[in-house]
Amino acid sequence: MLSANLSAIFYLISGVLFILALRGLSSPETSRQGNFFGILGMAIAVIVTFLSIGNFSAGFLIVLIFLLIGGLIGAFIAYKIPMTAMPELVAGFHSLVGLSAVFVAIAAFLNPEAFNLGSPGNIKLGSLIEMSIGAAVGAITFSGSIIAFLKLQGIMSGSPITFKGQHPLNALILISIIVIIYLLCSTQSSNLFWILLTISFLIGFLLIIPIGGADMPVVISMLNSYSGWAAAGIGFTLENTALIITGALVGSSGAILSYIMCKGMNRSFFNVILGGFGATEQSVSSQNKEQRPVKSGNADDAAFLMKNASSVIIVPGYGMAVAQAQHALREMVDTLKKNDIKVSYAIHPVAGRMPGHMNVLLAEANVPYDEVFELEEINNDFANADVAFVIGANDVTNPVAKTDPQSPIYGMPVLDVEKCKSVLFVKRSLSPGYAGIDNDLFYKENTLMLFADAKKMTEDITKNL
Amino acid sequence: MEIDPFIFRLSIFILSIFIGYYVVWSVTPSLHTPLMSVTNAISSVIIVGAIIAGLAGNSDSIFSTSSIFGFLAISLAAVNIFGGFLVTQRMLAMYKKKKKDK
Repeated sequence: MLSANLSAIFYLISGVLFILALRGLSSPETSRQGNFFGILGMAIAVIVTFLSIGNFSAGFLIVLIFLLIGGLIGAFIAYKIPMTAMPELVAGFHSLVGLSAVFVAIAAFLNPEAFNLGSPGNIKLGSLIEMSIGAAVGAITFSGSIIAFLKLQGIMSGSPITFKGQHPLNALILISIIVIIYLLCSTQSSNLFWILLTISFLIGFLLIIPIGGADMPVVISMLNSYSGWAAAGIGFTLENTALIITGALVGSSGAILSYIMCKGMNRSFFNVILGGFGATEQSVSSQNKEQRPVKSGNADDAAFLMKNASSVIIVPGYGMAVAQAQHALREMVDTLKKNDIKVSYAIHPVAGRMPGHMNVLLAEANVPYDEVFELEEINNDFANADVAFVIGANDVTNPVAKTDPQSPIYGMPVLDVEKCKSVLFVKRSLSPGYAGIDNDLFYKENTLMLFADAKKMTEDITKNL
Repeated sequence: MEIDPFIFRLSIFILSIFIGYYVVWSVTPSLHTPLMSVTNAISSVIIVGAIIAGLAGNSDSIFSTSSIFGFLAISLAAVNIFGGFLVTQRMLAMYKKKKKDK
């Protein structure tokens, strides 16, 4: 049996290894080593926990069996999941972190002796506060992530669900959560504990349903952050350094990602959370729908334009992920490169359904990461490029964000696609994007619309090159 | 007067938030998806609490309500640990530099 001090030191080591795991992600070269540090930290934490309990009786075998079952399911999912389904996977994983935080809190509440927290009905006040906060945040993470998962998976409609009195209701529930935690701490009543969990599940559900599909990058980052705070809350209860450090790391990581995503849309965090962006703007777009001439072309025209270009910038968006066009795109780019055409990729911060979504898909298609650029790095290059190839993106290229203060997306950083000599727009129809506004780019003199499925069009262009 | 150990844990927590802040800002945007999956994996270190709960039962009653919740939490966290680290590894293996063709 390991002494408490020695195991605390090991937990500290695993916390430091987790910091190094995140540090490794500062560049792709060091990232694999970082992931190894993370695995090492986790192994240390688990082994030290077994050794510090030192109880290798029948319960130990059952723990191993459950560990194995979970591990096999996790490994199976990790190898089978297609890269395009990464946002759903991450949302699903968040829900599991949330639920396991809830379960640990329940276990600690029912059997506080096992955690040195006092006895049932007489739990130390501090521990009870930490435990109920951890449980409530965990429950919110769980139900919120389930909704995010269903929306991303397409089981639930991606459009915002709003109803009258939604915000007052949410505010009321949030206040009652605080009141119940206060009452729970003064009475130690187990009924209140169950009520707390139930309404926390409910508020997680209510908080996410009004948020639309394209705001999912913010939602996923936010839930990432919540899962961290839940872990930290449980970490305080268990007096475990590894858990406290990790919770703080994950919590701030998710918060930073939410901030980056909000900035990428020029919207405040509260604006996104309060939801209803897509729903309110729909009416505006239908009003000023006038018929304007559009130039549309076929794969042959597109191939001709690109063959005569010397540099091409590709702007991928969520549509590329939906059509699974990343491999076809890479093949097209390979052909272009053979003709000595310079190709680079421009990624908008909120392209896709989660932070870094496009980068992973391009990496999967073997696109070298040093050909892929962020908005600030590449935006000045559009003026010197011959062709911009927009595949599955829309709002993030809309020049209206720079010119029309009335527009709902005014002020959002956009890719200066219109500065290219010509723009090729692969899209299924002229329908507006998520923000519900028309894209002026469609009607520009130098824009050629390619109405087709992104994958099929890209393949056809390659044939014609 | 002695300082409550809670204060020490709070200090660790606050300082870790700052570490997280600076470390995460230095993560390159192209690796934001692996960042999310690896943070997912490491936050499942909550399995530590689940193991304590699962092993708390004595030999007469291995399956108390508390330890059953512990066992379930172990499985959930294990899905995340294995799934999270492996899928991160799979993603990171795809990030390659340009071949020297120029």
